[in-house]
Parts: sequence; C-alpha cells; structure tokens
Amino acid sequence: MSSKAPELETLLSRKYQHGFVTDIESDSLPPGLDETTVTFISRKKREPQFLLDWRLKAYRHWLTLREPSWATVQHPPIDYQAISYFSAPRTPGDAPKSIDEVDPKLLATYEKLGIPLHERARLAGVAVDAVFDSVSVATTFKDKLAKAGVIFCSFSDAVRDHPELIERYLGTVVPPGDNFFAALNSAVFSDGSFVYVPAGVRCPMELSTYFRINAAKTGQFERTLIVAAEGASVSYLEGCTAPMRDENQLHAAVVELIALDDAKIKYSTVQNWYPGDEHGVGGIYNFVTKRGECRGRNAKISWTQVETGSAITWKYPSCVLKGDGSVGEFYSVAVANNYQQADTGTKMIHIGRNTKSTIVSKGISAGHAVNTYRGLVKVLPTATGARNFTQCDSLLMGSRCAAHTFPYVEVRNPDATVEHEASTSKIGEDQLFYCLQRGVSAEDAVNMIVSGFCKAVFKELPMEFAVEAQNLLSVSLEGAVG
Amino acid sequence: MLKISQLRANVAGRNILKGVDLEVRAGEVHAIMGPNGSGKSTLAQVLAGREDYEITGGSVTFDGADLLAMPAEERARAGLFLGFQYPVEIPGVNNAYLLKAALNAKRKKAGLAEVDAYEFLGLIKAKMKFMGMDESFLSRGVNEGFSGGEKKRNEILQMLVLEPKLALLDETDSGLDIDALKVVAKGVNSLRGADRSIVLVTHYQRLLGYVEPDRVHVFADGRILKSGDKTLALELEARGYDWLREGRVA
Repeated sequence: MSSKAPELETLLSRKYQHGFVTDIESDSLPPGLDETTVTFISRKKREPQFLLDWRLKAYRHWLTLREPSWATVQHPPIDYQAISYFSAPRTPGDAPKSIDEVDPKLLATYEKLGIPLHERARLAGVAVDAVFDSVSVATTFKDKLAKAGVIFCSFSDAVRDHPELIERYLGTVVPPGDNFFAALNSAVFSDGSFVYVPAGVRCPMELSTYFRINAAKTGQFERTLIVAAEGASVSYLEGCTAPMRDENQLHAAVVELIALDDAKIKYSTVQNWYPGDEHGVGGIYNFVTKRGECRGRNAKISWTQVETGSAITWKYPSCVLKGDGSVGEFYSVAVANNYQQADTGTKMIHIGRNTKSTIVSKGISAGHAVNTYRGLVKVLPTATGARNFTQCDSLLMGSRCAAHTFPYVEVRNPDATVEHEASTSKIGEDQLFYCLQRGVSAEDAVNMIVSGFCKAVFKELPMEFAVEAQNLLSVSLEGAVG
Repeated sequence: MLKISQLRANVAGRNILKGVDLEVRAGEVHAIMGPNGSGKSTLAQVLAGREDYEITGGSVTFDGADLLAMPAEERARAGLFLGFQYPVEIPGVNNAYLLKAALNAKRKKAGLAEVDAYEFLGLIKAKMKFMGMDESFLSRGVNEGFSGGEKKRNEILQMLVLEPKLALLDETDSGLDIDALKVVAKGVNSLRGADRSIVLVTHYQRLLGYVEPDRVHVFADGRILKSGDKTLALELEARGYDWLREGRVA
C-alpha cells in the first residue's frame, strides 16, 4: 500500500484507460442468430459432431427460455438478432502457429493493455492466453507448462487436441440448460481457455486469460474449463477490457471448475469491462455463469473477484461442495459508480459431510449506482457438520446510490453452522474529515478508506494483481466524493 | 498566532457561536472551559474547517492568513491540529500509514523532502516510546477497536509527530484514568514552546493540574463570558458555572 501514494494523483486524473479500438480486419458473421449461425461457428472451428449436437441442443433449449428478471438491474430489452456472434481478426491462411506469426497489431494491442505476449517481454511467472473478440490469439509458456504435464490452451485447441477431456467434462458443472445466458453461451461460444492439471501436479506458474472485446456490435461468448485432478493445484486469473462505445455490448461467458480429491483451484478475476460513461451511455452487459464443483474429498475452490467495470454485472461464482471435507471460498469487491448496476454474489451448496464455505463480499456504491449482493447458502440433509461464514459489507459514497443485500440461507441439516454478518456504512463524513484534518487530500483519503474496506479481499489476490486491483479501484471511483 | 473576531456560526440553521472573540499568541497555552452544549466543540470544529457549519459572521486569522478561506486539509498542512473528542475508526487503514501520509502532506507543503518508511519508523517509534504505547499499534487499523484511552493517546501521538503550530485539543482529557491523563499531559507539555500555541477545550480543571494554562476562558451560550489566569479555573471548579451566567443577567 505504501508504495502507491505518489502515483495516486496521476491515477485519479485518468478516465477509462482501455477504451481504444484496434483497427484490424475481421471476419465477422452478420448479426443474427439461428441454427445456421450455430452450425457455422462449429464448422468454422472444425468441431467434432458431438459438440455440434451439443450446441444445437443448447440452442433449441434456449429458445424455450426467457431472460431472467429477478436481478436488481434494469436495461432495455436486448435484441439477440442485432448481435454478431462471431468476429475474428483475419489471418492469412491457417491460424498462426507461433507468436511470431501473430498479427503485429494484435501484439501491439496487448502491449498497450500491459499484457506483453512477446517471448522477451512476457510477464515473469505468468502464462497468458489472449482472447480477442471470438478467438484466442496466443497462449504463452505452453511448452514450459507441457513439461509439467499441464495443458493450458485455447478452448478451440483443446477441442481439437483433447476432445476426450472436453467431452468428459464440458457442461458437467454448468449444464447447457442451466439458465438463459448459459444456454445462449453453450450454443454460440466461440473460444476461451482450457486448463487441465494432472494428478499430483502443482502448476508451476500462474495462469491467466486476458479477454478483449474489440469489434463493434459483437458479443463475446467465451467458455473456460479448468480441471484439477487428484492432488493437483492451480491458480488462474482473468482480466477483461473493451473499447468505449455508445452502444451496449453483451458478454455472456461460462466458467466451469472441477476439483477432484485433494485438488485446489484458485480463480481470480479483475473485471474492467468498459462501464459506460458518466451519463450511463454504453458499456458492457456482463452476464456470466461461473461455477465450480469440489467433486472429490477435501477439494478446495476459491473465487476472488474485483469487479469494477461493466454497465451491468450479473454473476454469481458458486461452489458445489460435493466431496466430504471440501472447501468453497468467495471473496468479492464489487464497485459501482455513475450509472453502473451490479448484482453479484455467490452460491455455496453443501452436499458432502464437513464441508466448509466462506463468503466475504464488499460492495462499494457511488454516483447513481446500484449494488446488490445476492447469495445463497444451501445445506443439504447429507451435509452433516457443514459450516458457513458470511460477511457482507456495503460502503456508500454520496446519497444517490443504493446498496442491497439478499442473503438466502436454506439449511436442511440440524448439525450445520451458518454465521452471517452484514454492515452498511456511508463513507463517513467523520472518517473523511479526520483524514482532511491531518492534511491528507480528499482523493487520498477516499482511496485509503476504500482500500481499508477492501483489505480482506485484496489479500486473497495473487501479489502481482493486488496492486493492479487497488489502482483500478482508485480510477473507478474517481470523482465519487468531494 | 490565532485571532478570532466576532465569530458566528450556525449548525443546521441553529445559531451556536454568537460572536466569539479570542486571541492566542505564540507560546501560549489557553484553556476554554464551559458547560456541555455551550459551543466549545463547535468552535474547535469550525476552526478545523468542518463543512457542516455555516459561518455567518466574523473573521479568523491564523499566522496572519485568513483561516476561514482555507479548506480543512490546507489548515492542517499550515500547522493547525485538532485532537478529536471522539476519534473515528477507519477499519483496514493502517495507523502508521495514515500518519505517514499526513506527515508527508505537511512536509510537501513546506517544501521539505518526504520521509521514507525507514525514517518514519524511527521517528514514530521514538514518539510511541515517549507516550508509552505498544508497538502493535503500528500494524493496527486507525483507532480500530481502540479503547477510549488508547484513542486519546493516539491523538496525542499524532500531534507529536505532526508538530503543529497550533494544537486544539477537544476534551482530550475526558474518559481518561489518572495514569492516562498523566501521559496525555506529558505529551502536551512536551510540545510547549515559544513558537507553538495550545488551546485546551475541557470542562474539568483536572487536566489543568498537569498542563498549566496561561489564560483561562469561560465559554457559555456561544461566546466567551469571562477570561482570566489559571486561578479562574480553580474558581470554576469550586463554584461551577452558574454564578457567571447569573452575573451576566444581573
């Protein structure tokens, strides 16, 4: 924390920094969605028949579903026929085989975003899969990971190279018919990341996917599947940005995590999609289904998210605690400023005996924003000895924003222990004045107070990203007070 | 150092300060005493620059500058310190971190180089030792879970690190046991000097037994009713405040 103070003033004077557009030729489908769209995507990716069938089944099911309306968010109806479901930067001939064949404009884009993909400039200790619109453009450190037996590649490559793993695990945590957006994703998903860590392997480096939406009028529908076999462990991080545009763009992803006996998966998100401008124009609709299943004994899945972007966020990273003694964790900071709306939280489903879950949610609202925590702790009759601890805190800045907390608790085993703590506070005028009276500027004071509020979550992030998250927060809350 | 003339202020439309006159010269220690609700704390908050108060008249100069024209943080950087009656908790924000930021804001204003973490640690540890504070304090959140006495001690520690020209201590003595009171008094006395002024707001005389004031003022109904030397405090202790107010009516 102490090293960032001098940079703060420059940081605070910046607006959304990732709003540029890369001028690159793309192959895009015209807007519209029907079975031929689904078939086109599958054919384009030369997928095996089982996957096309799977997609079409999902699509037909989607047609029977209606967009959910229970979230505390408002937006005009989405015209699903006005979205382009596939956009890929044009490549001469086949897909690039190595990073040297990747279009320099793409490399420059990631460079500008602070994610160098070049061999010489790579982030030390972090392997990156870069997803640009609908496709993965590069994955770094593949060879090094392969030596450890870890598979880390784009979803498309996984379908081609490891179809048996895909067929075995895809849709087993989030079934295609799970919900409206998951069904849509299952039908039209275009790329994403795949991770497989074999039994007993501790992944030697941090894995990370960087999602970038570039093309206009497209949606991004990626899919991430992470499998940690018996005794394996992996830490994975995703980051996201998009250009500033006046129209809303849809991002409907699905993430599935599977942890077998004694496996550990740590999944961190720093979400910074374009949030729209200060009048609420534009921004990404981030409607995402994320779920992990502790399938084996003593497995552990931990979600950490820092959500600062998107016009609307609708996501509930959840844990299904099937294996006896398994552990689920959810640490979240959700920031909503200006006209942003966030409805986020988690579900912890206790099925196995002595399963344990922890939820720490910190919501920050400023401007006219609405920030909702929605969580479910469910203890099934089989979950003897289950324990949950939930802490939900909301911080309000100014008087035009709102915070809601909806903690649902369903306990069907008398032996379970469920604890809940909640608080709502305004950024205290008293706290602010105290800092001002000590000579600290209003901006620095707000940053300090907010960082303090989020400390319990930030300490869960991998080191390299904790600093980034903190910086993001100060940019997101610019002008919120004073 | 500080010159207040006919200062008037409202809180939520209610007139609280009704024409305060006070002059504090460099090197002096003043005590402002008075019953609860007389406006003493309001005066301290107004001087520190709290925005909830509406100034309706009068003027205040601090070191020759128009104090009321300065925002709160500028007043602090110029050397005005308020020891709060109820220091607020700021969870998760490290005590040492806030204090270092405060010190550096002030040094920057004065054109001095910022202190680094190492220098700062040396400085604060010495002051903590002087105030008899435990080192665990460094890693705790600002006033987070502090007892009343610890909070007050923390205010004095901050004052010693920031070395203000003018310290306003708002009921710093209230809620302290005798040992804590002595420590606080020791801190305040150590700050006394020819180029500094201290204003103690209190309604008991007991702190004044340890910090001897040059001037004592009685504050009632939004203004200073009577001023005198330290014997006035003793007289107030013996006779209460009512005789003064009755005297005014008569």
